[in-house]
Amino acid sequence: MSDHNTPTSLESGSHENLPARLGYSPLADIEHKPRLTDTDPKAARRAERQVATMFVLSILLVIAFVAAYIGIDKSTIVYIPLFGEVGALTFALGLCMGLGVFLIGAGAIQWAKKLMPDTEVVAQRHEMASPEEATEEAEANYQRGKTESGFAQYKIIRRTLIGALALFPIPLVLMLRDLWVTPAGSPSPDAILSKTLWKKGERIVVDGTYVPVKAEDLPVGGLISAVPADLQEVEEVEGNLNARAKAAIIVIRMDPSDIRSQQGDGWDYQGILAYSKICTHVGCPIALYEQRTHHLLCPCHQSTFDLADAGNVIFGPAARRMPQLPIGVDAEGYLVAMSDFAEPIGPSFWERG
Amino acid sequence: MTATSPVEQVGGGVATYVDQRTGSNKFLARNLGKVFPDHWSFMLGEIALYSFIVVLLTGTFLTLFFKPSMAEVLYDGSYVPLKGIKMSEAYSSTLDISFDVRGGLLLRQMHHWAALIFIAAMSVHMFRVFFTGAFRKPREFNWIIGVALVTLGLGAGFSGYSLPDDLLSGTGLQIARGIMQSIPVIGTWMAFLLFDGEFPGTEFISRLYGVHILLIPGLILALVTIHLMLVWTQKHTQFPGPGRTNDNVVGYPLMPVYMAKAGGFFFVVFGVIALIGGLVTINPIWIFGPFMPDQVSAGSQPDWYIGWLDGALRTMPNIESSLFGFTISWNILIPAVVIPGIIFTALALYPFLEAWVTGDKKEHHLLDRPRNAPTRTGIGVMALTFYLLLWVGGGNDIIAITFGLSINSIIWFLRIALIILPPIMFIVTRRICLSLQRRDRDKLLHGYESGRILRLPHGEFIEVHQPINAKEMAVITGKTDIAPLPLPAATDADGVRNKHFQVKKLRAKLSGFFYSENVALPTAAEIEAGQHHAAHDAAIEAPLHAYEDADQLNRAHGGVLHHPGMPLTNAEQLAEDGGHL
Repeated sequence: MSDHNTPTSLESGSHENLPARLGYSPLADIEHKPRLTDTDPKAARRAERQVATMFVLSILLVIAFVAAYIGIDKSTIVYIPLFGEVGALTFALGLCMGLGVFLIGAGAIQWAKKLMPDTEVVAQRHEMASPEEATEEAEANYQRGKTESGFAQYKIIRRTLIGALALFPIPLVLMLRDLWVTPAGSPSPDAILSKTLWKKGERIVVDGTYVPVKAEDLPVGGLISAVPADLQEVEEVEGNLNARAKAAIIVIRMDPSDIRSQQGDGWDYQGILAYSKICTHVGCPIALYEQRTHHLLCPCHQSTFDLADAGNVIFGPAARRMPQLPIGVDAEGYLVAMSDFAEPIGPSFWERG
Repeated sequence: MTATSPVEQVGGGVATYVDQRTGSNKFLARNLGKVFPDHWSFMLGEIALYSFIVVLLTGTFLTLFFKPSMAEVLYDGSYVPLKGIKMSEAYSSTLDISFDVRGGLLLRQMHHWAALIFIAAMSVHMFRVFFTGAFRKPREFNWIIGVALVTLGLGAGFSGYSLPDDLLSGTGLQIARGIMQSIPVIGTWMAFLLFDGEFPGTEFISRLYGVHILLIPGLILALVTIHLMLVWTQKHTQFPGPGRTNDNVVGYPLMPVYMAKAGGFFFVVFGVIALIGGLVTINPIWIFGPFMPDQVSAGSQPDWYIGWLDGALRTMPNIESSLFGFTISWNILIPAVVIPGIIFTALALYPFLEAWVTGDKKEHHLLDRPRNAPTRTGIGVMALTFYLLLWVGGGNDIIAITFGLSINSIIWFLRIALIILPPIMFIVTRRICLSLQRRDRDKLLHGYESGRILRLPHGEFIEVHQPINAKEMAVITGKTDIAPLPLPAATDADGVRNKHFQVKKLRAKLSGFFYSENVALPTAAEIEAGQHHAAHDAAIEAPLHAYEDADQLNRAHGGVLHHPGMPLTNAEQLAEDGGHL
C-alpha cells in the first residue's frame, strides 16, 4: 500500500505516483494463457495443415484463373443467384483472383496467430529530440558555414540572392499563359461567355434530329430540347461541343393566359417560350419540366425556375433567373430566334457584372 | 549453430554483398526486431496504404489501354447498344477496357473500388488519430501530411472519375467549371486556361490525365513515404494497457509476427478488393452514355467522397451580389470554396491550436481514450455531424424519392440543422465522455457490479462489487490528468503590467474549458479508504459466504459490498442500521 498522496494532477506516464494496486501493472502480471496450439501438438499440426491448405488453394485458384481467362468467352452472360445476369468472364476472374490472393493473406495471418509466439515484447522509446552534443555540433557547423560564406557580412549578396530566388518561378508560371491561346481578335473570356450561336432569324431545330419546328408541331404542355440550325455545321468546323454547351435551349408551350411575365415584351410566340437549358447555378443542363406548375427543376442541385414567371428562381441555390430567348416565326412559319440571349447564359462569373 | 539451408546460404551471401555496399545490416539489426503495438484500429491506415498500392497496380494496367483524348470517334466495339454512336476516344477506350479487353472490366472496377476504399480508409484512420489524440507531439507533421493526403485523395478520386468522359462524369466537370468561374477576379481566366477556352473544349481530359496519373499519385507516393518513415522513427503510439507506458512500446516484433500479420493483411485487402471488383458493378459508364453538354440524367450522384461538397452546394441559400460591375456568387463560393477551405485549414491546424490551448509541450506516445479528452471528442463529433449533414444534403433527391419527402423541406431542415445540431452534439458528447470518466473512477474505487445479489440476515439486499481485473485497471489508469493553465495575474509582484494579459487570460479560460471538468483518477488516500472499507466489507460478507456454494465464494473473495443507489459507504449504512447484522 502506498503511503504518499497522489497529486490530483498527474503527469503523463507517471504511473509510479499511483498506489501499486492501481498503477502500472507490469506486463508479467498479466497471465499468459497458452493457446491450444502451444500445448497440444495435434492442434499445432492441425493449424499447420490449415495454413498449408490455404496456400494450396491459392495455387489452384491461380490455375483456375488462367483456365477461365482462356476458356470463357468475354461475351458470355450467365445467371448467378444473388448476382443476377453477369458477365461470366469478369465474375470468374474476380472470384479466382480475389479468393486466391485473399487465401495467401489468410494463411499468413493464421500462421502468425496459431503458430508464431503470441507473447508481447517491450521496447523502450527515446525522446525524439537529438542529444545536446548533436545539436551543439550542428549549431557549430552552421556558424562556421555562415562565417566562411560571409552570408551575414555581404549584405548586398544576401539581398540580391533573395530577390533572384523570388523571381525564379516567374518564367515557369508565365509559360502557363498559353494553356489557352486567345483566338484572333483576342476577345476576352467574358465576351466569349456572353455570346451564343443564336441570332435573329436563326431557326430552332430539334436536338438530335435537327428538324425545324413549326408552332403547330408543339402542343400546349409540350416540351422539346432544341439547338440552333447552324449548330451541326459549326460543330463540324470547330470540332468541339462548345457551341452546343451554350446554345442548348428548351422550348415549351403553355396556354398564353398562364404566362404571368416574360423577360421581354412579346418574347413568346403564341404561348411558345424558349429558355436556356443551362442552369444559372453551376451549369448543369436542365430538362425536368413539370407542365402543370410550369416549374423547371435542375437534377444536379434542385434549383427550381418558374417558366410562367420570366424563369425566376423559386427555390434552390441558383441566384439568377433562367435566360429567355426571344422567338418568333420566319416566312415559312418555322420557329426562329429573334436575337441572341440578352444576358450571358449558364453559371455566373466575375466579369459578368 | 543453427542449420542453414542452401537457399539461406545464398540469401546470406546476397545480404553480405548488399551490406558491404550499403551498410544494410546495421538497418536490419536495428529493425528486424522492431516492436509494433497491436490494435484493430491500427489496421485502418494499413487498409489505406494497401488499397493505394492496388490503385497503383490496377491504374498502371489501365493506362496501357485508356486513350485520354476528346477526339471524336464512331464506336465500333462489342457493346451493341452504343454501336455507331459518336463519342470521345476516352469514352470509347473505356468501353473497350470494359468489354473487349479480357479482365479489363475487373481491373477497372478494382481500380474504382480500391480508390473508394482508399479514401474511406484514410478518412476513418484520420478519425481514429483525431479521437485518440495521436496527432499530439511529436506527431504533428504526420498529421499535416495526413490532411494533405486526404486532400490529394479527393483530387485523385475526382480527376479519375472525370476521365472516362461519360455523361455522369462530364456533368461533374461542368459543375467543377461552374465552381471555378465563381472564384473572384481569377476564376474566369482560370477556367479558360485549364479548359483551353470554353467548356467542354477538346483538351481538358488529356490535361487531367497527366494530373491523375503522374502529378497526384507522385505527390501521394512521396507523402506516404514520409508518413511511413515518420511512423517508423517515432514508433507507433499505443493504447494504455498492462505494461504500457509513455516511454515504451509493447507489441509484436516485426520479424516474424508483425511481418506475417501485416504482410498477410496486404493480401487480404488485395483479395477483398479483387472480389468486390469482380462481383460488384461500379460506375457502369456504358449505361450513362457518352458526354453531351446539353444532356443530363436525373438523380445524378457523385462518388461518396464528393457527396458532402455537393450537399453544401445544394443547401446554400441563393445569394449573389454585384459590386462595381463585378459578380460575386456567394451561393457557390461559400459552399464550394470557403467551407472546404476552412475545414481543411482547421483540420491541419488543430494539433497546434489544441497544444496552444492546453499548454501541453510533452511527447505523447500513449493514446487518449476518447472519453478522457471530452472537449476534443466533442469537437470531433461536432465536425463529424456537420460533415454528415452535408453528406445527407448531397443525396437529398434520393432521400426525397425514397421517403416521399419534399426536397424543399429537406433543404430547410438541413439549413437549420447545420447550424443547430453540431453544437448540440458537442455538448451531448462532452457530457457522455465525462460520465464515462466518472464510471471509470467508480470502477477503480468500488469495482464493478458483479450482478450477484446477496440477502443479508436482516433482510437487506445488496449487490456484490468485485475489483476489476489488472488489464482493465491498467487501461483506466493509463489516463493522463493535466491541470488547466492558471489564470494569469494582471500585474506582477512589482505592479508591472503583464504583457499580452488578455491573450493569456483567454488561453487560460480555454484551457479551463478543455480540462477543468475532467474527473481525476482517485488519489491514494481515496483508494486507501476504499481498501479499508473493502476489508471491512469483506469481514461483513464473510458469514454470508456460508450460504453460497464454493464457486460463488471464490468469486466473492475480495469483493466490495456496496449499497446500490446510496451515497453512503457500507460501513456508514451498517452504522445507520444499528451496527449489527
